Amino acid sequence: MPAMSKRGIERRGRLITGSCIALVVLLVVTLIFMVFSRGLDTFFKDGISPWSFLFGTTWNPHQTGDDGAALVGALPMIAGSFAVTLLSCLISLPFSLGSSIFVVEIAPGFGSRVFRPMIELLTGIPSVVFGVVGLTVVVPWIRSWAGGTGYGVLAGSIVLAFMILPTVTSLATDAIAAVPDAYRDGSYGLGCTRWQTIVHVVLPSALPGILTAVIMGMTRAFGEALAVQMVVGNAVQMPRGLFTPAATLTSVLTMGMGNEAMGTMYNDVLWSLALVLLFMSLVFILIVHLIGKKGAARHD
Amino acid sequence: MTLDSREVTPEAPAAAMGATTAEPLLWTKDVTVDYSGKRALKGTSLSFEAGTVTALIGPSGCGKSTYLRSINLMNREIEGCVIGGEVHYHGIEVNNAETDTYALRKQIGMVFQQPNPFRKSIYENVAFAPRCHGMTRRSELDELVRKSLSAAAIWDEVKDKLGKSALALSGGQQQRLCIARTLAMEPDVVLMDEPCSALDPIATFAIEETIRDMAERGICVVIVTHNMEQAGRVADRTAFFLLGDMIECGPTAELFERPKDKRLEDYLTGRFG
Amino acid sequence: MTSTQRARLSDHVATGILTAIVAAILVALVAIILYILISGAGKAFDISFLTGRPQQFKEGGGIGPELFNSFYLLVLTLLISLPISLGGAIFLTQYAPPGPVTSIAKTAIETLSSLPSIVVGLFGMLTFVLSMGWGFSIISGALALTMFNVPILVRVIQQALEAVPRDQRDAALALGLSRWEATVHILVPRAMPAIITGVILSAGRVFGEAAALIYTAGQSAPVLDFTNFDLTSASCPWNVFRPAETLAVHIWKINSEGVVPDLAAVSTGTAAVLMICVLAFNIIARLLGRAMERKVTAE
Repeated sequence: MPAMSKRGIERRGRLITGSCIALVVLLVVTLIFMVFSRGLDTFFKDGISPWSFLFGTTWNPHQTGDDGAALVGALPMIAGSFAVTLLSCLISLPFSLGSSIFVVEIAPGFGSRVFRPMIELLTGIPSVVFGVVGLTVVVPWIRSWAGGTGYGVLAGSIVLAFMILPTVTSLATDAIAAVPDAYRDGSYGLGCTRWQTIVHVVLPSALPGILTAVIMGMTRAFGEALAVQMVVGNAVQMPRGLFTPAATLTSVLTMGMGNEAMGTMYNDVLWSLALVLLFMSLVFILIVHLIGKKGAARHD
Repeated sequence: MTLDSREVTPEAPAAAMGATTAEPLLWTKDVTVDYSGKRALKGTSLSFEAGTVTALIGPSGCGKSTYLRSINLMNREIEGCVIGGEVHYHGIEVNNAETDTYALRKQIGMVFQQPNPFRKSIYENVAFAPRCHGMTRRSELDELVRKSLSAAAIWDEVKDKLGKSALALSGGQQQRLCIARTLAMEPDVVLMDEPCSALDPIATFAIEETIRDMAERGICVVIVTHNMEQAGRVADRTAFFLLGDMIECGPTAELFERPKDKRLEDYLTGRFG
Repeated sequence: MTSTQRARLSDHVATGILTAIVAAILVALVAIILYILISGAGKAFDISFLTGRPQQFKEGGGIGPELFNSFYLLVLTLLISLPISLGGAIFLTQYAPPGPVTSIAKTAIETLSSLPSIVVGLFGMLTFVLSMGWGFSIISGALALTMFNVPILVRVIQQALEAVPRDQRDAALALGLSRWEATVHILVPRAMPAIITGVILSAGRVFGEAAALIYTAGQSAPVLDFTNFDLTSASCPWNVFRPAETLAVHIWKINSEGVVPDLAAVSTGTAAVLMICVLAFNIIARLLGRAMERKVTAE
């Protein structure tokens, strides 16, 4: 006789696996809750106005400004983060979109045998290795023709462009591959060339998927810490150009968190930066969800 | 073939007490199936006697497989699928939340359209489920494997390679192994969902022999087929389905020679399907 | 030129440009890998570098403790994250009832996979390092890495289980087996090649992760004494409550401090070692996955 009835086995299985999921959900909820509660201390405990935090342009938490309030303007980092994110997307998009069109429409065999494994390999390269390449190749290269230190938004964006390339490429490839062949056949049947078919039929139908790919790339770029921190220059000032040192939310967090004791105002403000970072990630996820829903509704 | 005596199920005492004097072994009343709100099978009432073969025929998409998968409540495993109506087995209504579906499926075996042996050895394919149901003695299992493979008429072909992978067998052999796997549970009903559609004529013939053989040993066989010659060869009774509706049921020869319903006549004469 | 000719010309031009883009990506990828390997080769194949102690102010430091820490942390992370992910994936594929519970679970996992790893690291610092009082330690790092790794693994295992033909599960259920038995005895063994490949690929990513570790496993590498089995001692390699800098964190730290005299050599050397390990994970994952797949199908 079995030690347990089948129903008992099933109940136990459901309990064990369900608690694994419950644990993960609990961790995520706790994480969001804790970052929010620490990040809001700046405003509720230290009495800093959210306005001067989000839109202040001077970051010097150890000093107070003329009005007696601490100088904790986070706009330079927020602007820096958006600058490297958008620029890196701009740099990598032609490459990822071009290559995903190539591997779906032009050389599928090459795509699955050579290109996809290579792209997966690129995903696996650690971010600090990208940082080292950025430090030893990209920064000196920029310095050689643009002058200055070479550190800055452009260096950060180039390094990030490489890092988000696999994310964007593989998601865009999936989106393009998901376009039904019947659409293509219809276009070819009308005598259109491959390129006309791609531009007028394939890309428009794959657009929601491609947008998702871009947003996922932005999510990764926005949250990437070390590689950016190594090449962006870490000067907390409003980004004035592509070649002057700047800072991002992640770079300031990476450098600052270890130096300040818990509970000090400086530390609280750092947690507020983490909160902005988390909030933006949640916004990106929400956008992806909305695109997904809209895409699903369109296909119905 | 008797009910498995190792595990007394709620259905077993009813059968033992002779509650089936007038009642068929298995019957359904107004069984319906809905997939996410869309009706796939309209109320179907049929009954099945022990030791007989019943064929369910009709064009594809007519609901015959859907009906078959309701008898052992397999439709419940599909998300969004709801079975309505009553399924009576050994005098007990089983289409409700209290039913021990595991005991039910142990007694009502099922053979699928595509041969689907497990990626295990031939021996393990047969012995795996009985072991999960509590049979652990090696000698018992050995005997059960031999008996089941013999009943499915494949023992002579595989007795020297029981340890080899089941995937190395031909399609027809795999399907007979799947039948043996089902017979090892000592079921009194075997549901077969187009079991020969993926097989060549010789393998089909062997399976049909086995089907008749099972009926002679008292098993109630319900077989879905799109092949009317097959229904004519193996089935005592035949039921005709169309567009999710059971249209007509009767002794096979009678049904084929004197169809009462115009739609069945059209189907038989090849006007559609 | 007729419009048809123009269309064909632009078709050719576009194909040419796309080909060039793909070629550029492949060249860049190979160039990055070769650059790291070649510039770090001198150090990466030097035994005294691989086993030696790191130096803060002198030349000639090694990465012995970091190398050990990276592997130890990886093994611990997998030990914790694999059962959780397996359970989670089985729940999502077998038990999850359609409805709000499942969509919450899926959203949570998706959220976790898109969170910046620095945020995961900071949460780890708050929870494991400070609240639990474990300090900068291997266990704190392993738990932070678990949060980073679980969503990846759940997705990999879920895909592997879903790729098993449905008729296998149906066959088991039709024999009166429970979903649990069907999963454990039929689906998981069948999905094993894909699961193993996915786990090793994820191991490569865990191995190179640094942002989640700088504030959890810490940035210091105590000298390890492999004859010390006192699990409370900081020099005992197996002590999970000691701080442990990994290879990836080491690269970041020496570059951001910038005080080691032979910074460039140590930095590229360590990067090369890291790269070799990640490449090895990649190659092993593919070879092993292919070999297992062949073995299961050939039988």
